[in-house]
Amino acid sequence: MSQPPNAKTMTTGESGLTLVFAAAAFLCMIGAAKALDAAFAFHASLSAAASLAAVFAILNRYYDRPALLPPQEINGRPNYNMGPIKFAAVASVIWGIAGFAVGLIIASQLAWPALNFDLPWTSFGRLRPLHTSAVIFAFGGNVLIATSFYVVQKSCRARLAGDLAPWFVVLGYNFFILIAGTGYLLGVTQSKEYAEPEWYADHWLTIVWVVYLLVFLMTLVKRKEPHIFVANWFYLAFIVTIAVLHLGNNPALPVSVFGSKSYIAWGGVQDAMFQWWYGHNAVGFYLTAGFLAIMYYFIPKRAERPIYSYRLSIIHFWALIFLYIWAGPHHLHYTALPDWAQTLGMTFSIMLWMPSWGGMINGLMTLSGAWDKLRTDPVLRMLVVSVAFYGMSTFEGPLMSIKVVNSLSHYTDWTIGHVHAGALGWVGFVSFGALYCLVPWLWDRKGLYSLKLVNWHFWIATIGIVLYISAMWVSGILQGLMWRAYTSLGFLEYSFIETVEAMHPFYIIRAAGGGLFLIGSLIMAYNLWMTVRAGEAEVQAPAALQPAE
Amino acid sequence: MSFWTRHQIFEKNSIILIVGILAVIAIGGLVEITPLFYLKSTIEKVDGVRPYTPLELTGRNIYVREGCYLCHSQMIRPLRDEVERYGHFSLAAESMYDHPFQWGSKRTGPDLARVGAKYSDEWHVTHLANPRAIVPQSVMPGYPFLAETEVDIAGMEGHLRTNRTVGVPYSDDQIANAVADLKAQADPDNPGVEAFTKRYPKAVARNFDGKAGLPTEMDALVAYLQMLGTLVDFKLYNEKANLR
Repeated sequence: MSQPPNAKTMTTGESGLTLVFAAAAFLCMIGAAKALDAAFAFHASLSAAASLAAVFAILNRYYDRPALLPPQEINGRPNYNMGPIKFAAVASVIWGIAGFAVGLIIASQLAWPALNFDLPWTSFGRLRPLHTSAVIFAFGGNVLIATSFYVVQKSCRARLAGDLAPWFVVLGYNFFILIAGTGYLLGVTQSKEYAEPEWYADHWLTIVWVVYLLVFLMTLVKRKEPHIFVANWFYLAFIVTIAVLHLGNNPALPVSVFGSKSYIAWGGVQDAMFQWWYGHNAVGFYLTAGFLAIMYYFIPKRAERPIYSYRLSIIHFWALIFLYIWAGPHHLHYTALPDWAQTLGMTFSIMLWMPSWGGMINGLMTLSGAWDKLRTDPVLRMLVVSVAFYGMSTFEGPLMSIKVVNSLSHYTDWTIGHVHAGALGWVGFVSFGALYCLVPWLWDRKGLYSLKLVNWHFWIATIGIVLYISAMWVSGILQGLMWRAYTSLGFLEYSFIETVEAMHPFYIIRAAGGGLFLIGSLIMAYNLWMTVRAGEAEVQAPAALQPAE
Repeated sequence: MSFWTRHQIFEKNSIILIVGILAVIAIGGLVEITPLFYLKSTIEKVDGVRPYTPLELTGRNIYVREGCYLCHSQMIRPLRDEVERYGHFSLAAESMYDHPFQWGSKRTGPDLARVGAKYSDEWHVTHLANPRAIVPQSVMPGYPFLAETEVDIAGMEGHLRTNRTVGVPYSDDQIANAVADLKAQADPDNPGVEAFTKRYPKAVARNFDGKAGLPTEMDALVAYLQMLGTLVDFKLYNEKANLR
C-alpha cells in the first residue's frame, strides 16, 4: 500500500521534542515529589507543567498544520519566519515595564526603607537581582533575540533555520526568566551579580543558548548573500561569548539534585576574578556587542544611508571583542586580587575607549547627509541619542577604571549612575528605537500609530535619565569624599551613617528620574499596542513588482 | 592582496568567523585567570583561617539568600581611611574557603569584613529585626522573620561534604559531626561544646539569639557576622613576607 506523496508525517524534531518534553515532565514530577525545599518543589512543578504544555503545543501544532512545512521561498522571495520574533518583541515590552517598575520600587526603598515591609519576599536584597535580571536579561534579552532573528533573516535573505527551534529558543528563554525571577523572590540565588540563578536554571539556559547559537549559525550558513552583514558579526560574537562566559562563571555543585542550593566550584580570589570576567563581559557582549548589532542594522535602515565606514566597522569589531574581555579586574581595584591583574584590567579598560568611540563615530556618521531627519523623525532621534549616551558612558567607564579615580568611585553610587547612563541611555533608547522600527515591520503597518507619542516618550525618558545620572554623580562623589574626609586633628570627619543620611535627597531625585523613565515606557507600550491594533495596514505589492531589496 | 580583501575570509565563512571570535576572546581570560590558580603568591601565607563551622556556614547561606552582599562589601582596601574605619585591609587568604566569594561591589551600608566581635550579640539581634531601633537614619530592611525560623538541620552534612568536593578542607570528623556541632554552637550548655571547639579553633559557642530551643536563622546569621574578620591575628601577621 503506497502512501500519497503529501501524507502528513511528524518531523524528527516534532516527535523527538515531544518525547523529550514528556520525559522531562516525568522527571520534573519526581523532582517535585522528592524536593528538599519549597522553592525547588515550586520550580519542579512549574517545569513539569511547562513540559506538558510544550507536549500539548507541539501536538496541537502538528494536527493544525498542513502536510508540508512552510516553504523556504514563495515566488522567489524568502518566506521569513516572523512568529517567534513577534512573541519576543511583545515579551520585551512587558518585561521592560516590569523591570523598570521594580527598579522604581527598590529606588524608593533606599529613600524610604519602610517600603521593604520587613518581609522576605519584598526586601531590597531580593528585589534588586529581580530588577537587574528583568531589565538586562528579560527586556534586553528579548530585544536581542527578536532583533537578531529579524536581522539575520533579512540580511541573509533566508528563512530562519529550523522549524520548532526558533520557538524553542524564544519560549525556553522566557521560561528561564520566569524560573530565575521567581527564584530571587524565594531566596534562590548563588549571589554572583548578574549570574544569580541557581544550577538547574543555569543548565536550562545552557540548552536554550546552544539552540539559539545553532539557529543563528545555520541561518548564516544558508544565506543567499555572499557576505555576512556586519550586524551579524556582532550578534554572533555576543551569542558565542555569552556561552563561554556562562559556562566559565557558573560551574556549581548542588548539595542535592533535589534541592536548590549549590556551591560554586571557584573560591575566594579566583571566584572574584571569574565573576568579574563574566560580569564585565556581560556588559561588553550582552549590553554592548549585541546592541551594537542593533545600531549597525537599524540606524542605516531608518536613516536610509549606508554605514559610514566599512573599514571602521572591521577595526571596531575585532578591537572591541579583543579588548573587552580583559577589562574585568577594574571591578576589583585595591582588593585582594594580585596587583598585576588589576594593572592589566586598568590598562585594557583605558585602551577600550578607542574602539568604543570608533564604533560611536561609525554609528553617528552614518547620518551624514541625513541629519535633517533628526528634526522630523523622533525614532531616529532616539537611536542617535542612544549612540551619544554610548559614547558618554564608554568615556566615563575607562575614566573610572583608573585606579586613583576608582579609589573614590568604587563602592559608591557613582558606579550605579555610570551603569544607568549606559543602561537607560544606550541600551534602553537603542532598544526603544529598534522596537519602534520593528513593530510596524512585523505587523505590516505603514508606520507607527503616533510619532507625537514617540516624541513625548523621548523627552520624558531623557529628562528621567538626566535626573537619574546627575543625582548619582553627586551622591556618589559626595559619599566617596565624605568617607575619606579628615578633620584638622587627623580624625575621620564623618561616621558611616552620616554619609547614608546625606544620600537621602539624591535617592528621592533618582527615584523621580526612574519614575519618568517608566512613564515613557508606558507611553511606548500604548503606542505600539495601537500600532498593531489600529495602524493602517501596509498593502503588499504583488511579488513581481517588488524591487530587489 | 590588501588587508581589507584578506578580511573577506571572515565575512564569507561563518565557521571561520566563529573560530576567529573564539580565539580573540580566549586570550584575555586565559592570561588573567589561569595564573591565579598556580602563582603561589596569589594567596598569602597566614595562620588561623579555618573552614566555617556548620552554624556559621548556615548563617553565611542566609547572608547570600537575603542578598546582603548587594549593600555590604567584605573587602577592606589598603587606603588610609578604610583601614582606620574598618581595620586591617583584607587578605586573599581570609576568603579562600568562600564559595562563593562575598567581597561585594557597593557600600550602601558599611563594610562587614571585620564586623566580628565589634558589637554584642544583642545589638545584632535587635538591629537585624529592626535596624531603625538602633540606628534611626538607617535604610536597611528589617529581618524580624529570621528569629522565628529554625534552621534546616538535616541537610548539614551534605553542605559540608559538597564544600569539601569544591576544595574546602573539611575533615571526616567535621563532616560526621556536622549536625551535633551545629546544635552545640548555639547552646553553650550542650555537652558537645568541648569537642566542637576542638574541631573549629577560635569558634565561639553562644546562644546568639538569646532564645531557648533549636538554633534559629538569627542564631546562624549572628554567629557568622560575629566571626567575620576575626580568624587572622594581625599582631603575628608577617606583611613583608607576603608583599606581591
